[in-house]
Amino acid sequence: MQAHQRMLDPTPKGQNSGESPLLRTIGLTKRYGDLLANDSIDIDIWPREIHALLGENGAGKSTLVKAIYGLIQPSAGQIRWQGQRIVLSGPSEARSRGIGMVFQHFSLFDNLTVAENVALGLDGQESFKDMSARLEQVSRTYGLPLDPKREVWQLSVGERQRIEIVRALMQDPKFLILDEPTAVLTPQEADQLFIVLERLKAEGRAILYISHKLEEVKRLCDTATILRGGRKVETCNPRLDTAASLARMMVGGEVKEVKAVSGRKTTVPRLVVNDLSLAPSEAHGVRLDHISFELKGGEILGIAGVAGNGQDELFAALSGERLAKDPGTVVIEGIAAGHLSITQRRKLGAAFVPEERLGHGTAPRMKLSENALLTGHAASGMVRRGFIDTAATLKTVDRATETFDVRKAKRDPEAASLSGGNLQKFIVGREILRNPAVLVASQPTWGVDAGAAAVIRQALLDLATAGAAVLVTSQDLDELAEIADRIAVMFHGKLSAPLATSEATREKLGLLMGGSSLEPKEVAHAAGA
Amino acid sequence: MQLVLEKRAERSGTIALVSPLIAIGLTILTMVILFAILGKNPLLALHAYFIAPLTDGYSLQEIAVKATPLVMIAIGLSLCYLANAWNIGAEGQFLIGAVAGSWIAVKTQGTDAGAWVLPAMLVLAAAAGALYALIPAICKVKFGASEILTSLMLVYVADLFLDYLVRGPWRDPHGFNFPTTAEFDPVATVPLLIEGGRLHLGSIIALLVVAAAAILLGRTIKGFEIRVVGAAPRAARFGGFNANQLIILTFAVSGALAGLAGIIEVAGPIGHLQPGISPGYGFTAIIVAFLGRLNPFGILIAGLFLALTFIGGEQAQIAMKIPLDVTKVFQGILLFYVLACDSLILYRFKLVFPNRQVTRGAG
Ligand SMILES: Nc1ncnc2c1ncn2[C@@H]1O[C@H](COP(=O)(O)OP(=O)(O)OP(=O)(O)O)[C@@H](O)[C@H]1O
Ligand SMILES: [Mg+2]
Repeated sequence: MQAHQRMLDPTPKGQNSGESPLLRTIGLTKRYGDLLANDSIDIDIWPREIHALLGENGAGKSTLVKAIYGLIQPSAGQIRWQGQRIVLSGPSEARSRGIGMVFQHFSLFDNLTVAENVALGLDGQESFKDMSARLEQVSRTYGLPLDPKREVWQLSVGERQRIEIVRALMQDPKFLILDEPTAVLTPQEADQLFIVLERLKAEGRAILYISHKLEEVKRLCDTATILRGGRKVETCNPRLDTAASLARMMVGGEVKEVKAVSGRKTTVPRLVVNDLSLAPSEAHGVRLDHISFELKGGEILGIAGVAGNGQDELFAALSGERLAKDPGTVVIEGIAAGHLSITQRRKLGAAFVPEERLGHGTAPRMKLSENALLTGHAASGMVRRGFIDTAATLKTVDRATETFDVRKAKRDPEAASLSGGNLQKFIVGREILRNPAVLVASQPTWGVDAGAAAVIRQALLDLATAGAAVLVTSQDLDELAEIADRIAVMFHGKLSAPLATSEATREKLGLLMGGSSLEPKEVAHAAGA
Repeated sequence: MQLVLEKRAERSGTIALVSPLIAIGLTILTMVILFAILGKNPLLALHAYFIAPLTDGYSLQEIAVKATPLVMIAIGLSLCYLANAWNIGAEGQFLIGAVAGSWIAVKTQGTDAGAWVLPAMLVLAAAAGALYALIPAICKVKFGASEILTSLMLVYVADLFLDYLVRGPWRDPHGFNFPTTAEFDPVATVPLLIEGGRLHLGSIIALLVVAAAAILLGRTIKGFEIRVVGAAPRAARFGGFNANQLIILTFAVSGALAGLAGIIEVAGPIGHLQPGISPGYGFTAIIVAFLGRLNPFGILIAGLFLALTFIGGEQAQIAMKIPLDVTKVFQGILLFYVLACDSLILYRFKLVFPNRQVTRGAG
């Protein structure tokens, strides 16, 4: 009966025809007020399967996996585990049944060692020594090298994620959920992760994999379930579809292409950085080392580089969250601004989009209108004689919602209740709608779906076309290649000389990102070519 | 089997509203046990504490009089606490305000100084309270000293300073050697609202303070800054709000309000400066601030409730010989439960069995 059903189904499932789905949701529904974040979703996860969960921002992916992991209670519907109905009281129960999860945002303590972090996250009562031994053994078995004695702050993002994965694997899960695991990884780190996932699959485990990167889904996943607006639209074999057709199913229509207006005119320098050096503010920060560049109106400069090479410190120095001693090191609109506060820099026409959206770009527990006020109070007519003009703040929310298609449950919800990508759209919208002369954006499309990423990139291009100077920091080289006129690379607090995007091959950027400098000859050659 | 706290996936809005009520309920339950241990009839004791004071007009006025300083101080403290600045020394700022305001009263005693005396006393008291509160605030901002410790220690300095004044330079020469100043002149006294009653102008001022705080927090950019700095410090910095500046501001405002409450108490219900002018208003106000959920209207209600416990405590002492200190025990237990119940907004209790596993907050 079971086998018969599966024969009708073209998607590859567990190799063994006697098997039943490991996990099955039936009519799973999660309601937030009037909004159906998950609307009666049926999904089958089979052993020995890498199952992709796709969908636009706010489609309900995180909500679904949170329900499966016991973090939230579904409003209706069932979860069946190995054929039996289960009601999870919380993540600990999910883990004890063999469901593991790796979150997009790591929950690690910087000042503790790898082993201590793993110990804090594990449930059992095993001794620290046994646990450390097991940690080494698991990390060796899966080719996820980790030194248990290193402190977390010394590790790259990829290594931090390894801790989370090893921690999950130490519970020996039958089913592992990964929520956007590659969003923060370099291409090489992502490749390593895929090898591990293939191996877990070969061991008979099931994997549920959330990603916005369709090419990697086609490479890695056996099955894909596509959500749109909280509903399941399709379960298919992603290998048989093109990335474009997957995107169409997610969006329910054509995905917009980014159109660069050719021949943008550059005008006067609007953001100039002169020999900026800055000691780190935190124990584990990076020292900014003689950074100089000039950015004209109409121009987009991309900054590439592995995370943790001083990008955060540069953002803080440009935004004025950290002040430089010498005012002349940062010049905004012709005015020495190194000593000016972030508010004064905003008044000069600068706008900023930080990398971390919750807690840095927004106050999570405050409404969107209040978060519009957070950066708009200085220059957007939202405050009159010290009093807040609530109507004006709400108008900004409405305009950002409309322009960037922010999906949310009500007009003015708390920032934390938005899905990751939708909050990102709101933050970018909030800043772009101020018509800044200078925009400094870190990872502007981080965790944003393909359609929305295109909208954001287009908005950045349009902003430059309208004459603004735009600085974009991104780990996504394709993104930089698509929108930037020039690309510079950050390594150990130093910024390379920018290359014209047409000259910035992956090889050259890769060399710079790894810390080698380009031979002077080669640069000269590239410039002459 | 193990009892653990597990982080909730979503903040519970219902619990946020009912948590003060749960705390009050638990406190009363604990008190019942305590009364029983003291050998008093719990029902009669509860009646004396919570019902009797509500049944006659004099006690009702007295509740409002006691609530006045509590509410004024707690409003100031709530601004500090919202901004993540921990002013524990409101009691000291209250005493210093009382002393500073009394200085004018003492110096103009028996002269024909006119109607300016009382306003001048109020202004000076507020200024003195603010300056006194600025000491821990500046130590915090400049040297990183814990404002919790410094503000608390300054309470004892203020207490002894007051003691010195009324036993020395300011003692009433006709006061039979009692440590007190002479009764203030009428121009140095807070007027009563009802002739022959207890209610005085201070209660109106307290209501105005509540309204002003509600407007400040709900409608103005300063209030917004205070809330963001406390709720999301990094986002506040990104917004261009200076946390240190807000520590200074909120300490100054709360010191001013405590000082104002101090002089109103002395120039109102008491009528002269003496030791023991406060039954611990500055500390009880901490409870009021949290029980009122750091919300101005919540604080108004919480202030009236704690004032009720003061009056009820007196009645219970008179009627049933229950020691007055039981009131303090009651207030301490209440604060304990309020803070404990607040953690239930973000966490929930869970029973865990050894073969199952302990939970870690995630997400
Ligand atoms: N706690 C909450 N309260 C109210 N609405 C919520 C809450 N959590 C999620 N939502 C809403 O549910 C919808 C689905 O959110 P979810 O986080 O599952 O999206 P997602 O598919 O993971 O998107 P993304 O790709 O952007 O991460 C969104 O519209 C979001 O606003
Ligand atoms: Mg998500």
